[in-house]
Amino acid sequence: MNARLKMFALAASVLLPLSAHAHKAWLLPSETVLSGDDPWITVDAAVSNDLFYFNHVPLRLDALAITGPDGKPVQAENSATGKFRSTFDVHLAAPGTYRIAVVNAGLFANWVEDGKPKRWRGDAQGFATEVPKDAKELKVSQSAGRVETFVTSGRPNEVALKPTGAGLELVAVTHPNDLFAGEAATFRFLLDGKPAPNLAIEIIPDGIRYRDKQNELSATTDKDGQFSITWPTAGRYWLETKLEDGKTSIAQATQRRVSYAATLEVLPQ
Amino acid sequence: MRSLLMLSLLLATSSAIAADINITVGIPTIDASEYHRPYVAVWIENADQTVAANLAVWYSQKDSKEGAGSKWLADLRQWWRRSGRDQAMPIDGVSGATRPVGQHQLRFDAGKPPFAALKPGRYGLVVEAAREVGGRELLRIPFDWPITATRHLDTRGEHELGLIKLDLNP
Repeated sequence: MNARLKMFALAASVLLPLSAHAHKAWLLPSETVLSGDDPWITVDAAVSNDLFYFNHVPLRLDALAITGPDGKPVQAENSATGKFRSTFDVHLAAPGTYRIAVVNAGLFANWVEDGKPKRWRGDAQGFATEVPKDAKELKVSQSAGRVETFVTSGRPNEVALKPTGAGLELVAVTHPNDLFAGEAATFRFLLDGKPAPNLAIEIIPDGIRYRDKQNELSATTDKDGQFSITWPTAGRYWLETKLEDGKTSIAQATQRRVSYAATLEVLPQ
Repeated sequence: MRSLLMLSLLLATSSAIAADINITVGIPTIDASEYHRPYVAVWIENADQTVAANLAVWYSQKDSKEGAGSKWLADLRQWWRRSGRDQAMPIDGVSGATRPVGQHQLRFDAGKPPFAALKPGRYGLVVEAAREVGGRELLRIPFDWPITATRHLDTRGEHELGLIKLDLNP
């Protein structure tokens, strides 16, 4: 595999969780509920088969977006990407809730040129200039994926949780940093800002390496896009949902794949 | 001498006219190679587990090479969730330094804040302790308010807390 193709495969593994190799993309914060005057956290970012172990590829940080408690962007510090994981620190300079997300949106195209398969990845603007107008057997698909987690210093607030209106998003009916074992949490899913009903939600607890089953919890969103889950035990959980539709931003794209994954920490009573 | 007399007079007077609440928090001896005094929060909870009043929060007042003492307040998980995260530390008249092994007394006058503000009903005395490189423990003693008869309630911790006593005197 040449370097370019490798990059594509890497991107595809992150952006196309619907593919045969359904790897799990995640952001894992060192802590989610913090006190003190000047807290910091460190976050691991990876794509793996098992939760939460670094055993496949790092999650690229090009599309990392951290939103602070005032809704303004926060810069990640000490970022690095290694063989299996990316890592970065976040200085929680102001109290409140931070949303840490890797949001990927893009177009994938493949076609045949001089009898050889060609592949391309980019945005709508690039598509217009980089993909030949007369491309043979052109297939275009679109993706919108969000991988995120939440941390709170001091009192939780809601500003950073405000939906952007693009792709699948989780609306916190229960605050994502107020999750406790034995209690129920309620969340709502939006697709492009509108309630997403009948969405299958899968929730997998941490520590797969030390058990024989995934032990996944399942839920389906109701007509308002809402679902509830009662946390069986304390620990970290990975929540995922995805769908396919035809709401593409350019006419050539026939299909859109939308995915969402979040890491949530449930504390003991 | 005079002030001592005044004090004993004052104590005698107050106990004669007002009900009081005596809380004993036992911090046990723990055989650990690295021992740190526990962080302890003592509060009164309502029936729905919201906090009716903070009575004591003992935490490290000093900065160490690991950061400010307030960094570890969230380890008092329930207290942090129910009240701590909404507070600006220190809390006047409530928070203070960590305490050594032993029995620690807290005394409150039923006619004064915070108890004076309690409506009649069922409450819980909650004591939560968290120790650096150690464990965490939370104990509850339910009680009815107001105090109608002398009650001596207690519970005992298993690792981070010793005997917790709640003595209610009408």
